[in-house]
Amino acid sequence: MLAILVMGILAPVVTGLGETTRAAFGILPVLGKHDFNLTAWQQLFQLPGFTTSLQLTLVSGFLATSTGLILTIFGCAWVYNTSEKSFLFSKLKPFIAPMLVPILAAPHAAIAIGLTFLLAPSGWLTRLFSPWLTTWQLPPNLTIVQDLWGLSLTLGLIVKELPFLWLISLVALKQINLSKQLSIAQSMGYSYANAWYKIIIPQLYPLIRLPVLVVLVYALSTVDMALILGPNTPPTLALATMRWYNDANVAMLLPASAAAIGLAGLMILSVFVWEIAIVIIMAVTKIATRSGARGRHWRLVSTALATALPMSLLLGFLSLVVLLIWSFTWRWSFPDALPTSWSYSYWLKLITHWPLALQHSIILALGSSAIAVIFAVAWLEVQDRFGGYLSRLTLWFIYLPLLVPQIAFLYGLKVGFLRIGLNGGMGAVIWAHLLFVFPYVMLSLIDSWRAIDRRYLQVAASLGTSTWGCFWRIKLTLLLQPLLLAWAIGIAVSIGQYLPTLMIGAGKIETLTTQAVSLASGADRRLVGVYGLIQALVPILAYMLAIYLPRLMALKKL
Amino acid sequence: MSLELCSLCATLSDNSALFAPVNLVVEKGEVACVMGPSGVGKSTLLNAIGGHLDTHFGIAGDILLNGKSVKNLIASKRQIGVLFQDPLLFPHLSVGDNLAFGLCSSVVGAKNRKLEIEQALEQAQLSGFYHRNPATLSGGQQSRVALMRALLARPQALLLDEPFAKLDMELKYTMRDFLFDQARQRLIPILLVTHEPKDVAAAKGPLIVLQPI
Repeated sequence: MLAILVMGILAPVVTGLGETTRAAFGILPVLGKHDFNLTAWQQLFQLPGFTTSLQLTLVSGFLATSTGLILTIFGCAWVYNTSEKSFLFSKLKPFIAPMLVPILAAPHAAIAIGLTFLLAPSGWLTRLFSPWLTTWQLPPNLTIVQDLWGLSLTLGLIVKELPFLWLISLVALKQINLSKQLSIAQSMGYSYANAWYKIIIPQLYPLIRLPVLVVLVYALSTVDMALILGPNTPPTLALATMRWYNDANVAMLLPASAAAIGLAGLMILSVFVWEIAIVIIMAVTKIATRSGARGRHWRLVSTALATALPMSLLLGFLSLVVLLIWSFTWRWSFPDALPTSWSYSYWLKLITHWPLALQHSIILALGSSAIAVIFAVAWLEVQDRFGGYLSRLTLWFIYLPLLVPQIAFLYGLKVGFLRIGLNGGMGAVIWAHLLFVFPYVMLSLIDSWRAIDRRYLQVAASLGTSTWGCFWRIKLTLLLQPLLLAWAIGIAVSIGQYLPTLMIGAGKIETLTTQAVSLASGADRRLVGVYGLIQALVPILAYMLAIYLPRLMALKKL
Repeated sequence: MSLELCSLCATLSDNSALFAPVNLVVEKGEVACVMGPSGVGKSTLLNAIGGHLDTHFGIAGDILLNGKSVKNLIASKRQIGVLFQDPLLFPHLSVGDNLAFGLCSSVVGAKNRKLEIEQALEQAQLSGFYHRNPATLSGGQQSRVALMRALLARPQALLLDEPFAKLDMELKYTMRDFLFDQARQRLIPILLVTHEPKDVAAAKGPLIVLQPI
């Protein structure tokens, strides 16, 4: 199994990084360049807007991740606060789950496009408050989306990543005896907020460290979200790198590769800085703990910050709703709150034509998620039978493709694939998707697989069931729900892939996501609405199936 | 110091009581015991007194601490300590830091605080354990640390929910005597939930048997 890991995941990432590094140092045989030199780097630093791009990347990446993490923790504290009645928004709790699933399932690009339709000067929010409140008869001349400081990009990242971090944290908190520890702290006079700060957070963070780093790396290196929500002149470093790769002048491949490797270096540095910051915060926390200070209640601040979670969920949910509205719109002039005439012609066209993008997306998603689930199950079953366990190191390797910026190794991977004769077909793209689908599938499956009560297997074995019988009739049956969920997560991850599809497919394989992103800058919001929504709808359907199919089957048995 | 329960009972959202109302006075340094069949709501009673009830429960009657009602105070303002069945030492803190977390903030200065913690460790016969990881301690040692942590916060009353149920016989009796000694020395009223008639005999205080309705 280790061989599969090495060949399937490690090799592509290392080859990709290797090829990109060679190009970054001047070696690109295709262009007849064979000599090691640093010209590409000199070119890179002299490119217009380089420092601004760097600054923009760091600000949006760190701001989004730290805000996301802080709001996640307040969100968790809010959910678990069952003893204080003063929380204004406790009535909101039942609405959380139905909003959470679509946001988790929807690709980054869909949320980003929806946010554009929501927040732009001519967006839904302005329309809802115009003209009766704002007196605007025309969209105001403001830059809200794609602002120069990258704030809308930061907001988009928070809206999409906060639910993910929050869900991961809620799962992790189940490993901590939370309510009794909080009771003990409170009985000693600690305020609820202070008890969280000194007791719960230091235990929670180590459990969610890896996902937080994945979010940090994503936030610093996203291309599709930066393309839709980020500023253009100059854009973030990842987007700039992508533009240089696509430049008509092929000589730009060299500085582009230098930028890609620079971005990977920046990522290592950023992770390092982030971890140092966490160490410092933990040390300060420990000093504060030793002082025995009980802390104030900060009820107003905590309530305000806790409401950020439902607000962010609402924003994410509305951005999907506005896609839905636009996809059925015929005429919708400013400042009407809703379209004046509706139409389903775009949907009809979609259903009757089955465009290539939809076909490709579905094949890629089904293919990569099925392979990922089969690999994951095979891996875990082999471990059950022949011993061995997933070491921490192996887990880091599985996570590796998520911890390296996509753009840093995808170009090199394309070169590597070409060398072994894989030239941009569906197979190559499925493999590229697998790099990102497999980690999520594996990690969503691993805990439930280990949680199977081994005594069921012992009972079955003692009744004469074979090892294969145990595998099919007990493990897979017990794990039907987690397996389907892992598969749905795989579908969602695959549908959302933008850069791997574009770069490995050499721009020839169009999917819902590549179409939605390239249409996003266009004028026809109705078409973008259809593509944005269906891109979200496929994974949502997969999630629904994963949630409801086992229940239906259970009902049938009654 | 005294803890007084006046017709106290926990109620569900429809105002129905979980158990028959409790009347009880625990004087300073006294240990009162609570018994009753499983599931009658002994833990809920303690949660009601300590202020740890979930919002879907209500409280009828009153709780007086040193003559003042604490019924409407939140847990962190009540100054009523709790000990559960498990010691629940915070795993990310050393033994000493667990005690530092408990030690009330009126003891200021790193030196003074350390001194007081070392004294507490000595009383619990755990000298030299300051820097130990709590997970490396035996069950009895962990229980003693948990008790000292609760006492260092200088509570006005202490609630114990079968605190020694998971210890073996011998250890249980030593722990119990240690606890009763500490309570009498520090003049704290104690309420102990237990299944053991021997505990009641050793406590020499009032006993209430919780009755289902």
